[in-house]
Order: sequence, then C-alpha cells, then structure tokens
Amino acid sequence: MSYCLYCHESYTEAWSWEALIGLKQSLLLCHDCEGKLVRIKGEICRICSRDFSIFPEQYRQGDCCFDCIRWKEDETRTGVLQQNRSLYVYNDYMKELIAKLKYRGDVEIVKAFYPVLSSTFKMISRDAILVPIPLSDERHYERGFNQAELIAKGIKKPVEHLLKRKTHEEKQSKKTREERLSQKENPFEVIGSLKVKDQKVILVDDVYTTGSTLRYAAKVLIEAGVKEVSSITLAR
Amino acid sequence: MRFVSLFLNNRLTIAPEMLVSPVKAVPFSELPTVEQPPLNPTFQYDEKLQQTLYGKSLLFDELLFTIEQIQQHYENGYVKYSPGISKTSNGYLCSRCRNEKSRLFAAFSCFRCKSDNCAYCRNCIMMGRVSQCTPLVSWNGPKVKWSHENNLHWNGELSSGQQLASKEFVKRIGSEGELLIWAVCGAGKTEVLFKGIEKALNLGLRVCIATPRTDVVLELAPRLKAVFPNTIVAGYYGGTEERETPAQLVISTTHQLYRFKQAFNIMIIDEVDAFPYSYDKTLQHAVSRAVTPKHFLLYLSATPSKAMKKATRKRTLPCVKIPNRFHGFPLPVPGMVWGGEWKKRLERGKLPAPFLNWLKAQAKSGRRAMIFVSSVSVLEKLTELIKKIVDVPVESVHAEDPMRKEKVTQFRNEDIQLLVTTTILERGVTVPFLDVAVFGADHDVFTESALVQIAGRAGRSKDDHNGEVLLFHYGKSLSMIQAINHTKNMNKEAGL
Repeated sequence: MSYCLYCHESYTEAWSWEALIGLKQSLLLCHDCEGKLVRIKGEICRICSRDFSIFPEQYRQGDCCFDCIRWKEDETRTGVLQQNRSLYVYNDYMKELIAKLKYRGDVEIVKAFYPVLSSTFKMISRDAILVPIPLSDERHYERGFNQAELIAKGIKKPVEHLLKRKTHEEKQSKKTREERLSQKENPFEVIGSLKVKDQKVILVDDVYTTGSTLRYAAKVLIEAGVKEVSSITLAR
Repeated sequence: MRFVSLFLNNRLTIAPEMLVSPVKAVPFSELPTVEQPPLNPTFQYDEKLQQTLYGKSLLFDELLFTIEQIQQHYENGYVKYSPGISKTSNGYLCSRCRNEKSRLFAAFSCFRCKSDNCAYCRNCIMMGRVSQCTPLVSWNGPKVKWSHENNLHWNGELSSGQQLASKEFVKRIGSEGELLIWAVCGAGKTEVLFKGIEKALNLGLRVCIATPRTDVVLELAPRLKAVFPNTIVAGYYGGTEERETPAQLVISTTHQLYRFKQAFNIMIIDEVDAFPYSYDKTLQHAVSRAVTPKHFLLYLSATPSKAMKKATRKRTLPCVKIPNRFHGFPLPVPGMVWGGEWKKRLERGKLPAPFLNWLKAQAKSGRRAMIFVSSVSVLEKLTELIKKIVDVPVESVHAEDPMRKEKVTQFRNEDIQLLVTTTILERGVTVPFLDVAVFGADHDVFTESALVQIAGRAGRSKDDHNGEVLLFHYGKSLSMIQAINHTKNMNKEAGL
C-alpha cells in the first residue's frame, strides 16, 4: 500500500505486466488524483506543445497555434526557442497542485512526477545541458527552494545553473499576458558563458503559460553562443 | 533560517544571520541550548506585536513586523523562539500540529538554512511550511488585558429547552470541566451560547467557538459581532483577513486552531461528531493546545458519537438535551418507502416507480426538495434522468463541485427547485419550505447520524414545520431504523 503524495489517501497500485518489467512508469499519486491529470498527447502544436484536442480549431494554423505564430512575428525573439515539451494540461487540478508545491512550499509533491519525467524526456535530453529557470535571490529565500531546479533534477540528466535573474520583480503569475509581453528589459543574464558555447540547452520550468519567460532565457543563451535552445515544463 | 549564537552583554544569545554578519551561522535546529533572555522591564514593547502574538505561535513569514523588531523583543525577553520540528527517538515531531507520522514528513534542500536535508511537516503545510530550521515565534511578555464591558445586545426569547441549556452553561462559566449540549437540528444552538459567552467575557476570559466548516464561521461571525458590539470578535478560516486583530471572542475552523497556543479559557466545539474533527487525532490535539491549562470545554451536537453517549450515561460527561425545536413543533419523522433494486434500475436508465411518482408530485407541488444520494456516480446518473422526466430547474452538487457555493445560493433563492446532492449538504443548509428524499437510503454512507442530520433539514421554519422526509430503500438498514427511533425518542422527550 502507498500513500498519495498529493492528498495523502492510501491506495494500492494497479498490477500490470508493463509495470512489472519496468515499461510503464506510474505516478506516485492515488487513482483519483491521477485521474484528474490530463496528459498532453496526440495532436499538439509543433512548437509549444499545446494540446489541440482541447483547443478550438479556429486558433490554429496547420500544426502551429496562434500564440506561436504571434511569437514568430515578434522580431526580437523569433526562433530563439526551438520547441517546448510539456507533460500535462494546466487544468484546475494541476493549478492546485502547483500552487501547493510552489506557494505553500510542499516540495515533496514534485517527486510524484520523477518516474514519468525521466522516462519521458530521456530521449530528447540526450547530449543536452539542462538549465532550470532561476529565481531572484529574494524570491529564492522566501520560497526556500526553486521548483524548476527540482523538476530538472527529476529528469536525471546533468543540470547546470547557467542563468541568473538580474532584478527582483513581481511574480509572473500576477501579471496579465499583455504585461508579460510588453516587458522590455531581459530579466536574465548568462553566468559561466564559456561552458555554453555550441552546446544544446534545454530549459526547465514548471509551467509554460505565454512562453515569455522561456523566450527571454533562450534569447540570452543564444546571444552567448548556445547552438540550440528548447524547453521542458511540467504543465502547459 | 540560519541563526548565530553569540555573546551579548556577557550572556549567550541567538540572532538571525542577516542581523549579525559576518559570523558563521547554523540552522536554527543546530543551535546550542540558550536560555530565554530575562524580561527587561524598562523596554518599550510594541502593543501591536503583543496583540498579534499573544496566545499564538506563528512563523516569521506570517508576521507583518520586521525581523529587527521581532529580534529586539526577543533580546528583551518579550518574544520566545521555539523549534518548529524536533527530532524524536523514531522520527520527527511538528510542534505546531503535533504530527508524528513519518510519512507526513519530507526533507528538501533548503535555500534558507543551506542544509541538504531540512525536514518539514506536510500535515499542516496549508498554513505555511514549518521546517527544522523554522522557529515558531510566541509572546513571552505581559498578558493582553481584555475589556470587562461586553454587554449582550439581544432581546430574543429562548424556548424552554434552550433556557435550560443556557442556564447550565452559565452556571459552569468560571470553573473547569466539560459539558455536552445535545440539541436537535433546528433547536437554535447559537442563542443558547449568548448568556454564557457574555458572562465569560465580562470575567475577562477569552472564548473560542471551533467549527469544522468555513460556512459556519462566515455565518456566525457577523451574528456574534452584532450581539456583542463592544467586544472584539474575529473569524478565522483559510483566507481570512482578521488574523491580526486581538480578538477576545474567536470563531475559528478547527484547522486554524493550530495557530493558537494556550489562548482560550472557554472552548466551544460545534458539531463535535462531524468530519473531520472526530477523525483527526492531530485536530483534537490542536484543541488541547489552544486552551489554557485551566479551561472549560463545551461540546455541541445533534448526533453525538457512541463514545460520547456512553460517557453521558456513565455520568462522566455532563449533558443537557434540547429535544424540541425552537418553534415548538415536533421533528418530522422519516417515512420508509420501498424503492426496489434502485441501483440496477438506475444502471438501466430507469427509476423505481414509487420514487418516480414522488418526483412527479413534488415537481408539480412547486416545493423545493433535496435528494440525497450515496455517491458521485449515482448523483450524475440520477440527475440526468430527473432532468429528462420533470420540467423544473434541477441541479446537482458534490464536495468538489467548483460551483457548490453558487448552487446552494440559487437553491436558497428558489432558482433551483430540486437539488440532488451527496451527503456533503447533510449539515448546515437551512432552507424553509423544504422536503427531503434519500435515494438508496440502505447504503452504508447513510449512518444513523447522517440520516438524522438529513431529516433535520426539513420543517425548520415555524410556517412550515412539517416537511416531508422519505427514505427510498432496497431493504431497511439498521441505521434507518435507529434514525427513526432517534427522532421519535426526541419528540417523546419533548412531550410532543
């Protein structure tokens, strides 16, 4: 018997051949909680991995969503982020889960995703450096941890802290899309730039919302000589 | 957090690292034992801090004071730091919520104390993280002086049963002990408390009403503020903004009690049998932590647990019963109706004939009804079927329904006529002109107390004291019979 990492209810793991021989990684959540998560799969936006099955037809053009087309038109940040891959749809349950993890500080919850993170992203993170999106020192102290760093740890590949946040600013989650996009100055800078020359970098963050944060980070990395930047997030 | 231990005025003392650089700091849990600094009588303490901290233990992050201000009070002996998590022989202990279960502790690499293994409590995480390096801050200075002028502004009348209970409560104020008020649904429990609370407040005592549900806090706080206009009254629930007020009368959810420490002389526990209070050992602990060493406990319940009933029979727990409703009419006795194999029928998309007939008649009558079901899956199927059969507004509600609050309000406003619900609404919702049906009353979730509470929804108003209560079943269950006997006995005791 195990206990759900989110709701603490006890549950028994379903028995299957796949699980026995290690082909299927299960979450460390009970069946009820697992049932509320929606995996992103099937038809998705080629760039940002938005799930087309729950997204109205009129907001897409071919295999690309409108938001990504808008990004292409933004001259300053076009093409800096190759692609983003996410595990789950950012639905109400996922919002609650991430809030408990981030704002209440229940760090342990992230471990529920470790088996799935490492098995899903094993391939795409081969010969790449994982770089978690950093927090400002003030925010890092307030929270006591960096959730992006913890997610990166779960992928079980080398992690490098190559980015630093220059300024302490208001939380992204408290801003609107317009406010996030209109921000002019890049909040990130690269530290230890020698390491990144001609490397492949995968940024790691908890949520992809507008993609603004990830594109700022990608931009400074490209400018520092990184060959290619893509990203992984827990939710989209 | 990291702290530094240092000598100050020839005494070993401690201070947060940011206030005393550049000495080497260690996590709070690794500090040597340091004596509490003696109280400096000439120090000008901050009254706002005293009022915020008095009778509580809080985190630095919860306090709207600077770390310098708090540390200054510590150095002068007015504030105490104590460890949030302590190590025990077989694991950890959370000093805030008393959790000791090892699976509810986790360790993380903490940026505050720079330890790779800082353990924290997952049980009370909803109130902010308490980790090994987190000190709990409490008040160690002079007591807050409460007002002695707390007159009750209320001139309603009590029923005979209410009067008796009220007298018993008043008599015991000022002494230690316990009392159970066993009052039927609709007896008017709140009014019974008024006189006793008034006496306690005027003796300079601090009173808390703890309830398992936020709705009750939201409903009670304004009522008590209105009848005690000269008293500081605060409601505590997740998301409240009244936490900073130094209230003498507090209405709190049981979870928020964790924040208090030796604060209350009188603790009133509402619906003592209700989930999650009777469930959770750590919550009972929260109560014992929140009261002063000498205290009085008052329990309120319409359906006391077996253990409590036994204690009253053995006379180890004093008890007053209020068997009659405030309006003086008897409780509606539930009727049993054969519903056949309701589960199978439902799966085939059909309803048992007696239920169908009742449903049609109910829709026609225009009266509101609550239909209780055993699970969410039954809820969904039944609601769908009902919507097809009758042409009146029908809605369903369950614990995780995001629209729960709105739907209940719509039901009160008569925008919904038939409300299908799980047992989540068995308590608290009081709507006049209401009938109640239980679909599949033989199911295990409908215990005696659940059925008594459900039946207690009907006939609450003076103008409609005879609401109908029907239990549709596939074989009588013991709980159903017990619930009916319970109701009949109460009516008999009331002489009705």
